[in-house]
Amino acid sequence: MNNGDCILRFENVTKRFPGVLALDNVSFDVVKGEVHALVGENGAGKSTLIKIVTGVYQKSSGTVFFQGKAIDYQNPHEALRSGIAAIYQELNLIPALTVAENIFMGHHFRNERGLVDWKKMKEEAQKIINFLEVDVDIDAQVGSLGVAKKQVVEIAKALSLNAQVLIMDEPTAALAKKEIETLFRIIRFLKTQGVTIIYISHHLDEIFAISDRVTVLRDGKHVSTTNTSALTIDDLIKMMVGRKLVEQFPYVNHQFEDEVLRVENLNRKGVLHGISFSLKKGQIVGIAGMVGSGRTELLRAIYGLDPIDTGKIFVKGQEVKIRSPQDAINLGIALLPEERKTQGLVLLLSVIDNIGLPSLSKIANHGFINDNELNRITSEMVKMMDIKTPSFDQKTMFLSGGNQQKVVLGKWFARECDIYLFDEPTRGIDVGAKVEIYHLMNKLIKRGAAILMVSSELPEILGMSDQILVMKEGTITGQLSRQNANQEEVLKLAIGGGHLGGRSD
Amino acid sequence: MDALTEERNQGFLHRFFIFWDKIGILLVFIMVCVIFGILNPVFFNPLNIINVIRQVSIIGVMAVGMTLVILLGLIDLSVGSIVAFAGIIAAGFQVKWGGSLFLSLVIPLLIGAGIGFFNGYVSTKGEIHPFIVTLGSMSIFRGATLLVAKGKPISGMSPAFRFIGAGMIGPIPFPVILFLGCVIIVGIMLKRTVFGRYIYAIGGNREAALLSGIMVDRVKILTYTILGTLSGLSALILTSRLNSGELVAGQGYELDVIASVVIGGTSMMGGEGGVYGTLIGALLIGVISNGLNLLGVQPYWQLMVKGTIIILAVLMDRMKRRFRTV
Repeated sequence: MNNGDCILRFENVTKRFPGVLALDNVSFDVVKGEVHALVGENGAGKSTLIKIVTGVYQKSSGTVFFQGKAIDYQNPHEALRSGIAAIYQELNLIPALTVAENIFMGHHFRNERGLVDWKKMKEEAQKIINFLEVDVDIDAQVGSLGVAKKQVVEIAKALSLNAQVLIMDEPTAALAKKEIETLFRIIRFLKTQGVTIIYISHHLDEIFAISDRVTVLRDGKHVSTTNTSALTIDDLIKMMVGRKLVEQFPYVNHQFEDEVLRVENLNRKGVLHGISFSLKKGQIVGIAGMVGSGRTELLRAIYGLDPIDTGKIFVKGQEVKIRSPQDAINLGIALLPEERKTQGLVLLLSVIDNIGLPSLSKIANHGFINDNELNRITSEMVKMMDIKTPSFDQKTMFLSGGNQQKVVLGKWFARECDIYLFDEPTRGIDVGAKVEIYHLMNKLIKRGAAILMVSSELPEILGMSDQILVMKEGTITGQLSRQNANQEEVLKLAIGGGHLGGRSD
Repeated sequence: MDALTEERNQGFLHRFFIFWDKIGILLVFIMVCVIFGILNPVFFNPLNIINVIRQVSIIGVMAVGMTLVILLGLIDLSVGSIVAFAGIIAAGFQVKWGGSLFLSLVIPLLIGAGIGFFNGYVSTKGEIHPFIVTLGSMSIFRGATLLVAKGKPISGMSPAFRFIGAGMIGPIPFPVILFLGCVIIVGIMLKRTVFGRYIYAIGGNREAALLSGIMVDRVKILTYTILGTLSGLSALILTSRLNSGELVAGQGYELDVIASVVIGGTSMMGGEGGVYGTLIGALLIGVISNGLNLLGVQPYWQLMVKGTIIILAVLMDRMKRRFRTV
């Protein structure tokens, strides 16, 4: 067994969906015991490829070899039994059961009477946990664990099945920095044990930190498979988008005009405390802060989704009461939620139905939809957003992630609001599509709108905002102008130090 | 070689399910009719056909409303009891309380609407699963029927009132016109109006619909109110046809109504389906019991056949979904 021992080989793998060629003659090798990164923009075919390996999808043509044998799994169970396991962003654990039970879910140990052999199960679970050198209580309920520990349980579950290939899809999405280090330690350890890791991430710095080789996919085609150490971040981005990115944040100097939104001393018990700020026409205000700092809750309160206890909201100088999203929309406020699949789109409905949804009441005549107008709006948006869809009637569930996000943008562009609340506008989106979305934000500003943007990505906040609010524990701990803001300053306000804006209760 | 065959198979399956989605149930319906027609020529006798459609109308009118509720991903078990209660009230106004035709038509419809509103309001504002709320209503209004009727059916309607269930316009029974009218109006409403599109949006993804500014609760309540009103209409047809407000009227109807919708291809998960499928679904159920009757098959066999068809219909829906995710 030399170093070039190939465990997984793709030969001309092609996958067709109705109207879409998701994978186009993809060929490359994965070597035993390496960390192999898989990168590409949304819609490049990464997920499709993974789903073919794990038996969720069946390929249209081509061959996949695993340990020298051609494989064609019909379901994830078969793949798992053969030693290929995948850990997805949405962890597949059962919260009400213990760690030990989750690890051996589906292959419980049984004693001679056919009952569950708890003693053996706990022993074996403890062995795996010890093997990983992590601090997880095997008797704890999985629901009571944090995301990082849940992920460890998923990894343990894969190991209990003697996984040879472990696929990790965006494993760090919900992890803190320190937890990422632990994950990397585990990955390196598994490597020494001969486990092959396929690592998918949008965070290119992670790719460089952990992977041996990297495969780039673009528009369903294989672009390259290279030793990671031979690349720079710029090389990688260039290969992913197929062109050089001129600028990561296309910020333009905005002209501010009148105030369109003012929030005064907003309170919601236990969630928001004494929030005051204002937003001007033509301005982008970024809200930074850790997860749980009340950022999303602030947007929800303004949008009428959560009731507020005290405080005032003024829209264009008029005090308003917003009790429902409908009130908000009527006042010209739109919310683009953080989860496009569960909150942004009706996946069962078509592109045209989704884009039209917030505008239907506006373009209706006595309750009847004006089809011509709806068609006009949709074709305008599909063109403006460059949405790749075979037709307006395509169900949005069949679109790629980036295109889905564009449909969400399109539906609110079409509604022509004055104030846009963006919650994580570029989460889970690749570099190329991110820049497209920033350009669309600029377009909104040019059209006379104002934007309030929540984001976990500091460079994005610093790169696009005119003014930055930093939140911590439901209060605004600081307001910085674009000129005065830097990463250090924002982090200081978001994590540590004293409060600048005092708590009101 | 293998891959090619597989691809062809997938292509075939894909086309098959698209095809099935569109007219599969219609084909089954036609096949069933042809088989019954061959086994017993009386089946295609115009009188028999009209008889079947008339019988179907009562269930059908409710199934039209139930389609909307199921499109929202919800359910209503109280329709049978609404039929009984609204029916006994109609009979009461005809026979006992002054005999006003106007009141005996309008009050039952209002009562149906009121019970529907109650179901919708309590389940949305009280955040109780509609299965529970309508299970409660089912019991409440069955009891209320017995109470109003004092344990005895109320019989003897006026000729004008009898027209609703027994009248004919040309060769076509009046209930059939009511039924088809409901199908067409609701069909247009689902496709062309904002309210119709909102129903699909809410059934497909409640959260996304809410965030898009749709008054989700209001749409749900209105939908239950529509179903309640249509159940009131069914009550008028049934009471008129029987010439009597019966205590057991509508008992078990909820099953046939839900079955019509589901056989017609509307998904119990909400968001997919439509009222034209329901039309075929209701006709299929009617044709099967009529055909089996003509063949002299005993009623308990009929129940078993009906149950089997319901399960098969949902199975097709399942397979359709599973195929789509692949």
